[in-house]
Amino acid sequence: MSSRTISFTLNGRPVTADVKPHHNVVEMLQSQFGLTGARESCGQGLCGCCTVLVDGKPVSGCLYLAAFLDGSEVVTIEHLAESGKLDPVQEAFIDCGAFQCGYCTPGFILMAKTLLREHPDPDDEQIKHYLSGNLCRCAAYPEIVNAVKMAARNNKAG
Amino acid sequence: MATIASGGQVGRSLPRIEAREKVTGRAEYTHLMQLPGMLFAKIVRSTVAHGRIKSIDTGPARAIPGVYAVYTSDDILKIIPNPYYGPAFHDQPILAIGKVHFVGEPVAAVLAADPHVAEQAVQEIVADYEELPAVFDELEAAENKTLVHEELKPAGTFADLKHLKGRKGTNIALDFRLRRGDVEKGFAEAAHVFEHTFRTQKVLHVPLEPHASIADYRDDGVTIWSSAQGPSFVRTEIARLLGWPENRVRVKVPYLGAGYGGKLYIKLEALAVALSMLARRPVKVANTMEEHFYTITKHPSTFRIKSGLDKDGRIVARQCEIWWNGGAYADIGPRVTQKSGFTASGPYDIENVAIDSYALYTNLTPAGALRGFGIPQLVWGYESHTDMVARALKRDPLEFRKQNLLRDGRPQATGTILKDAAIEKVLDRIAERLNWKAPFDRGTGTVRRGRGLAVALKAVISPTTSVAIVNVSADGSTTLYCGTVDMGQGSDTAMAQIVGEVLNMPAETIRIVPRDTDVTPYDMGTLGSRSLFHMGHAARLAAEEARAKIAALAREVGEPEGSNIPLADLFRKKYGMQAGNIVGTGSYKPDYVPPDAQGLTPNATPFWMVAGSGAEIEVDTETGHVRVTRLINVADVGRPINPKIVETQLSGAALMQLGFTLFEKIHLDGGQVTNASLADYKIPGIHDVPPVMEIEAVDAIQENGPFGAKGVGELATFGVSPAIANAIDDAVGVRLTELPLTAEALLRALRAKDNRPLGDE
Repeated sequence: MSSRTISFTLNGRPVTADVKPHHNVVEMLQSQFGLTGARESCGQGLCGCCTVLVDGKPVSGCLYLAAFLDGSEVVTIEHLAESGKLDPVQEAFIDCGAFQCGYCTPGFILMAKTLLREHPDPDDEQIKHYLSGNLCRCAAYPEIVNAVKMAARNNKAG
Repeated sequence: MATIASGGQVGRSLPRIEAREKVTGRAEYTHLMQLPGMLFAKIVRSTVAHGRIKSIDTGPARAIPGVYAVYTSDDILKIIPNPYYGPAFHDQPILAIGKVHFVGEPVAAVLAADPHVAEQAVQEIVADYEELPAVFDELEAAENKTLVHEELKPAGTFADLKHLKGRKGTNIALDFRLRRGDVEKGFAEAAHVFEHTFRTQKVLHVPLEPHASIADYRDDGVTIWSSAQGPSFVRTEIARLLGWPENRVRVKVPYLGAGYGGKLYIKLEALAVALSMLARRPVKVANTMEEHFYTITKHPSTFRIKSGLDKDGRIVARQCEIWWNGGAYADIGPRVTQKSGFTASGPYDIENVAIDSYALYTNLTPAGALRGFGIPQLVWGYESHTDMVARALKRDPLEFRKQNLLRDGRPQATGTILKDAAIEKVLDRIAERLNWKAPFDRGTGTVRRGRGLAVALKAVISPTTSVAIVNVSADGSTTLYCGTVDMGQGSDTAMAQIVGEVLNMPAETIRIVPRDTDVTPYDMGTLGSRSLFHMGHAARLAAEEARAKIAALAREVGEPEGSNIPLADLFRKKYGMQAGNIVGTGSYKPDYVPPDAQGLTPNATPFWMVAGSGAEIEVDTETGHVRVTRLINVADVGRPINPKIVETQLSGAALMQLGFTLFEKIHLDGGQVTNASLADYKIPGIHDVPPVMEIEAVDAIQENGPFGAKGVGELATFGVSPAIANAIDDAVGVRLTELPLTAEALLRALRAKDNRPLGDE
């Protein structure tokens, strides 16, 4: 199968990548850009570990074909603290102990970012609705809900 | 040893020291690693549950452009003449040899630089089998009519397995037996006798990072990166397979995307090493989530429990028979069988006890440890049974438990005297939180409410060893070398707190070296809630030795007693510049007396683990659906080293067990898993969290623990299942005896009770 070259914006920088039709976003990010924050787990778009933002929308990087990224704007977890300063959502996840093994954490943080952008002051139902596509086997869910609320409070205060 | 904290580190709710790496997506996991020149391996798996391999046609696969090689056991045998591994039995081949023993067993491997090419080639390989009769149920396996293996091959590591060597004609991989008092006499004299049977289903660990191993074989040594919970075991076992000294095998373990017992011992490591050895290239073997279903599961079990009670309601005799469905290879099943057998009779003071615990081979995916080492299966049985007996005798389940509870100073079933086990305190706190004595809203119409509780005891696995090294550098900064694997339980943070406590340094300044058997010393394994106690002691001892050496150095350079000169100045005084090290080592192995032929021992364990749960639930009587509205989990953790991490461990364990209780189940059809994906095997999501979750660590001290602490990780799995089943009985008067407690199972039971049984369709 032949490769084609795509151009897109990755974490604020223009990039190109050579992708085959069957390559998904996760494997392209890992093999061509060394970015491992989006990672495959269930391989079916059910667990959210592979979440990346494409044109601001969260997608499952294990299902989304890399070729479709041509011309789009892609943000991964690595973008959030590029300056060295953690994002308020990341801070809140640490303060609330909202993870254990950490494998699912980037996906939860990107979903939480999306939620807070669309609903700056979410209630419990909105939080659960937005995070229902992310699985945490360590089951840090109560702490994750607390973290999202803390981030919302801090966003307002900041 | 329960020294009062003085360095200000023990008892701090410090965020995890690796937190920043995890929230930025930068933490390392084996599944995400790649080496230059690396090949990807994909596995061809058996399609039959039991069969002789007639042929494997690898030709078409080899012809695919990009395929580097295809290997079967014929190739493996040329480089590793005896390629069988396992912690208890050397029974599991790297690739199937001659026969396959379960659906999904690896029979061949394809290597390619492009994983998609390897995947495609796997589809082109056809293996032909002569099918043999298979056995799937543990009770059927115990009849020994259909045999999984022709001969038993115990590893020789464990003395109590030696008598099984060479045994033929059996599926029983271990028969643990405990006899205390005279159980038959106890039943004969009892006023009431009750007997029930409970079953548990096959469930899966589902760490979100699936298993992964990378091996880089060179003639002078092999380096393995692996998602392994026991780097030292991997090193020893690979060295044994290769006939090498241990120092030629290097095992590196980054963070684990969790393990829960599923990444213990050898999983993909031996295959990765063999493939790298054959290909002479670095090779990565990484499971997909589907492949986890063919790698390791929890033990399904059948537990028959019989109790005799005197006229006052005291339990005078208890007989426990447990059959553990271990699957096709023993893994750690024999240990689960024995060690959980110690406490199968529960947290009760019973004069006459008989326990028989059997590890069985079947033609299913091997079963191993899963967050509790068999205890959750047993508590499910004995705490459901306790409630059934209390109800039959019209006794309050709480009072009935309290009447029979085992208390400190009394001998447990093994004969070991109970100490620092806050069973009654845990039970009381659950009851207080449930407001047990107060009237309870039982619901109306089609929504009925109920509540239940359960309490449990575990003997931590013993004897096991941990070794640690503390290295103080010339600027005073300090590093801990320890082999405990941080898979989310927060061990790196806890160990830093222990070292910081001894050396009077902030825990966040202590560097924890990532696990690497070239530098981190021996540890038995990160399992069974043992690390905080065992490695905690080793780290404490290493830090204490470093502290003593610091004091000696101070004396040597003429500092007065009690001087608080900065460490860097001390080194400078001695060496004239920033130079030198102070190294302290610590090694810890608790005392232990192996059980005698009756299963009795005066010292079964260095510490007892105690936990319980309380549940309030609603049953929709029209659908059988159960909604857990409140879940309370209380445990004795000794003194918490890090209260916040303790809380999240308890909460996470309880929610995991909630999945095993209400819905998780591997469905099987003729040995074939029919729901091998997260689409069909549901694990708890955010909507499954009960509206009220309560967590409590009771005020307690483990006298012989490091700073009064003991293990936590498994605790909150113990009581959840029976607490919910007891609450269901309380709500609707129906008793379920098999997990999971699905809506269908409950609706069938409700309709049967109403004399309107549902049909099979």
